[in-house]
Amino acid sequence: MSPTDAVLQVRGLGKSFGSNTVLRGIDLDIPRGKVVALIGPSGSGKTTILRSLNGLETPDGGSVTVGARDNSAEGPLTVDFGDAALPKKARAAQLSALRDRSAMVFQHYNLFPHMTVLQNVIEGPVQVQKRPRAEVVAEAEKLLDRVGLLEKKDAYPFELSGGQQQRVGIVRALALKPQLLLFDEPTSALDPELVDDVLAVIKELADEGWTMVIVTHELAFARQTADEVVFMADGLVVERGPASQVLRHPKEERTQAFVRRLLHEI
Amino acid sequence: MDFDLFWSSLGPMLLGALKGTIPLTLASFVLGLLIALVIAVMRISSNKVASGVGRIYVSIIRGTPLLVQLFVIFYGLPAVGVKLDPWPSAIIAFSLNVGGYAAEIIRAAILSVPRGQWEAGHMIGMSRNQTLLRIILPQAARVSVPPLSNTFISLVKDTSLASLILVTELFRVAQQVAAFSQEFMLLYLEAALIYWVICLILSTAQTRVEKRLDRYVAH
Ligand SMILES: Nc1ncnc2c1ncn2[C@@H]1O[C@H](COP(=O)(O)OP(=O)(O)OP(=O)(O)O)[C@@H](O)[C@H]1O
Ligand SMILES: [Mg+2]
Repeated sequence: MSPTDAVLQVRGLGKSFGSNTVLRGIDLDIPRGKVVALIGPSGSGKTTILRSLNGLETPDGGSVTVGARDNSAEGPLTVDFGDAALPKKARAAQLSALRDRSAMVFQHYNLFPHMTVLQNVIEGPVQVQKRPRAEVVAEAEKLLDRVGLLEKKDAYPFELSGGQQQRVGIVRALALKPQLLLFDEPTSALDPELVDDVLAVIKELADEGWTMVIVTHELAFARQTADEVVFMADGLVVERGPASQVLRHPKEERTQAFVRRLLHEI
Repeated sequence: MDFDLFWSSLGPMLLGALKGTIPLTLASFVLGLLIALVIAVMRISSNKVASGVGRIYVSIIRGTPLLVQLFVIFYGLPAVGVKLDPWPSAIIAFSLNVGGYAAEIIRAAILSVPRGQWEAGHMIGMSRNQTLLRIILPQAARVSVPPLSNTFISLVKDTSLASLILVTELFRVAQQVAAFSQEFMLLYLEAALIYWVICLILSTAQTRVEKRLDRYVAH
């Protein structure tokens, strides 16, 4: 794979919180349009990876490369975290550049409670990306319509169910037109009967060709949606491969145990 | 009770409230909020100098009597060549004081906004300042209205201290009429009554503002 095909390249990503080493050298490659499901036990570092990709956490080693937008003149962006001596300002600029290329859907939605649904969606494109408001609103309404929430555009988040809030969270991420979509357990805070609507939306995005990293415990969903499944434990990738292989015929013992336990819970 | 005196002094006292107490309160509160906002942002800053200066400011304001602050500015500053009239002295003293107390209210309100809101702001590409201004402060404002209203109501009453540096406000008018008529009980109770009515009106207004700000919060 040539570097330009990869939307995301992660090399040797490391992160410690004090004496607690959370990531011990993670490598990831995601070609354009592919979906990677990240699975693993609690505390294995899945959220920390996503947060690092979105510049919300500063890893202490390794590098992240995010590809350029289609038809844009700018090349791929590489942030090297190995350079500890980098001044704070320069690091902050790198993190913000990283953020510009990806968008995250949070486990607990994190919608802005003081803004309506529509305002939540257009805030980034209008205030940060400085795109024309009318154009952004038209796009936002189209996206909201797709997830069945157009008639809720003037509602405040507290007036919505969890599933509706999460769909707004997804639309807010899409409206930023990122290269890469990051989902952190997007359905784990939802009542069971609300999960399917949200998963259906994510599945549609996968079919449409968005490049995505999804942290999830929904193995059936991962099998249907992901091109690749990455199983990690204790800050290391234990096993990776095509979804059907890793989930049905895992090679590593730890993967087998994890998959078996999750399947039994269901 | 000398009801004639009550009625005849009511006009001058209300005028004192209208031309003294109320504008003094409003001006000091608005300036004080601006000071408070700056101090609160300094206090939560990762810059050690800024947060240190903010902390010392709050500590001094809260650790010294308002009356002493007022006297330092009006009677003390001339010794170092700064001679201020009663009105500017009062406004400066009261706004610095409000600044110290309100800074802590605003700081606590900012800290009460969940961390996920900062992260969502960063996620959509906002800088720290943009997130603070557009995402965090509007939510913090909702939380700080009740305590800030209390600060405001306290300020209305505290402005009576300005009578001691010769600002003609409600209480100074009461003192002057009392000294002339020797009806201390009547006139000071009358002043108390007017303060009370003003505060009652403000409490009602406070409830309304809170209701309006509540519109995006679940009940
Ligand atoms: N800000 C932080 N400060 C200190 N420790 C942290 C911080 N964030 C995460 N950790 C620690 O890092 C480890 C990995 O956390 P992370 O949230 O990445 O795991 P996870 O795989 O997402 O787990 P889960 O499935 O429970 O969400 C945990 O031990 C956690 O306590
Ligand atoms: Mg997690």
